[in-house]
Amino acid sequence: MALPIWLFILASVIKSAIVLGVLLTAVAYTVWLERKVVGHMQNRWGPTRVGPFGLLQPAADGLKFLFKEDLTPPHVYKPLFIAAPLIAVIFALTSISVIPFGNSVMIAGYSIPLQITDVNTGLLLILGVTSIGVYGVALAGWSSNNKYSLLGGLRASAQMVSYEIALGLSLVGVLIMSGSFSLRDIVQAQQGHFWGFIPRWNIFHGQFIGFFCYLMAAYAETNRIPFDLPEAETELVAGYHTEYSAMKFAMFFMAEYANMITVACLATLLFFGGWNGPLFGPPLLQALLPVFWFGAKIFAFLFLYIWVRGTLPRFRYDQLMAFGWKFLLPLALVNLIATAIAVAW
Amino acid sequence: MSVHLILFLAFGAICVAGAVNLLAQTHPINSALSLIAVMAALAGEYLLLGAEFVAAVQVIVYAGAIMVLFVFTIMLLNAGVEERTKGSRVAVLFGIPGMLLGSILVGWVVLRHSGTEAVAAGALPGDPKVIGQLLFHEFLLPFEITSVLILIAIMGAVVLASKPPTAPARKVD
Repeated sequence: MALPIWLFILASVIKSAIVLGVLLTAVAYTVWLERKVVGHMQNRWGPTRVGPFGLLQPAADGLKFLFKEDLTPPHVYKPLFIAAPLIAVIFALTSISVIPFGNSVMIAGYSIPLQITDVNTGLLLILGVTSIGVYGVALAGWSSNNKYSLLGGLRASAQMVSYEIALGLSLVGVLIMSGSFSLRDIVQAQQGHFWGFIPRWNIFHGQFIGFFCYLMAAYAETNRIPFDLPEAETELVAGYHTEYSAMKFAMFFMAEYANMITVACLATLLFFGGWNGPLFGPPLLQALLPVFWFGAKIFAFLFLYIWVRGTLPRFRYDQLMAFGWKFLLPLALVNLIATAIAVAW
Repeated sequence: MSVHLILFLAFGAICVAGAVNLLAQTHPINSALSLIAVMAALAGEYLLLGAEFVAAVQVIVYAGAIMVLFVFTIMLLNAGVEERTKGSRVAVLFGIPGMLLGSILVGWVVLRHSGTEAVAAGALPGDPKVIGQLLFHEFLLPFEITSVLILIAIMGAVVLASKPPTAPARKVD
């Protein structure tokens, strides 16, 4: 039964509020997780003082960001200097809106999908929104009127535009196999098992190279180590956000972590079967388990992100570009052709 | 007034305002950003027509990729504020009334005499599958010829950008 329009709007607003709340909490606790895990990897404790296991550290950080002085250096181009962090964080948070978290639930006879909106070009929408997000970083670098910021901004835009091609191509293999741009359909195409026990996820379905390309390109798109050239602190002070302080800096920070989560969500949906997983127990547990599986897979990805950050050094800029254009792009193309041939067979 | 009409007017207003702002701004980066707003608003209009795929591609290709290169170039050249002249008197006297007259004429002809109806919201076949069928079946030859054209442009850019063969640089001790 379709919802009447006012109920639809109400449901959308409620879903947006819930998703945004969960996402921002997840962002805060990804930061905590990163500090904790990297700390242990480097034989330190990480945050321990605020709350048990330092669990209240994100709240303390947030308060600190709020109360810090919001400096605007002279000679910056003010309209864009203020707009840049907003652009970064708004588009980072927008892209979560087409991500499905589970099947539909029935509330009072209406079927409500666990997703803010189900567009049938959902994947393209995410790519579009992330490609607009580049402007936040680029404009921040330019408007700061600082050579380090400018270099960081230029690097960021060049890197993100270059790796977006490999990222897009690596996803085409999955699209060919599922025959839809809708993330919900892509997940539903991955239900079932091979030989009764190996899940029918795309990664076990010949898309391993595609996943590899996606993962590499995703690290570059989110400006994370080993591809964090735009903010390479050993050469560029802090890159594009050198001149930012207080909440404006926090917005870039939030944007980066929100992008990490979006990338992890996409990887889960496209290559690891989304919310598919073993279901058992009473009906209530069966309803909650898909969301749990989805969350667990995302957590695994975020952990991998942090693990890589704690392991690898930074690439040189020419290595980054050579890797993207001469290795990743051809590899993604080969994967695309191989998948097309295999499906046409 | 339906939700569709309100959205159509809103996106149209953003589009026109962005285009006017593009001309009015003196700093190139502001002009480039206005152009991005125009592109994004156009994508919204496509979405209202039901052309979801075209809307997404409009954002990815125009607003995302091409305009990033514009902004990139402006940042790299550090282009300053452009100089303003008063503008020629001919443009003010004849150009602007002429343009207005021309657009009214075109609008009148299209509305009255072309016999085409206004497209209803969501009426266009926006499904990626339909567009794929059109591109790779009915318009395969033009599509492939266009891609060859783009390839030639890429090769031309590579040739222009690569350094001319000169004597090997002397080693610096």
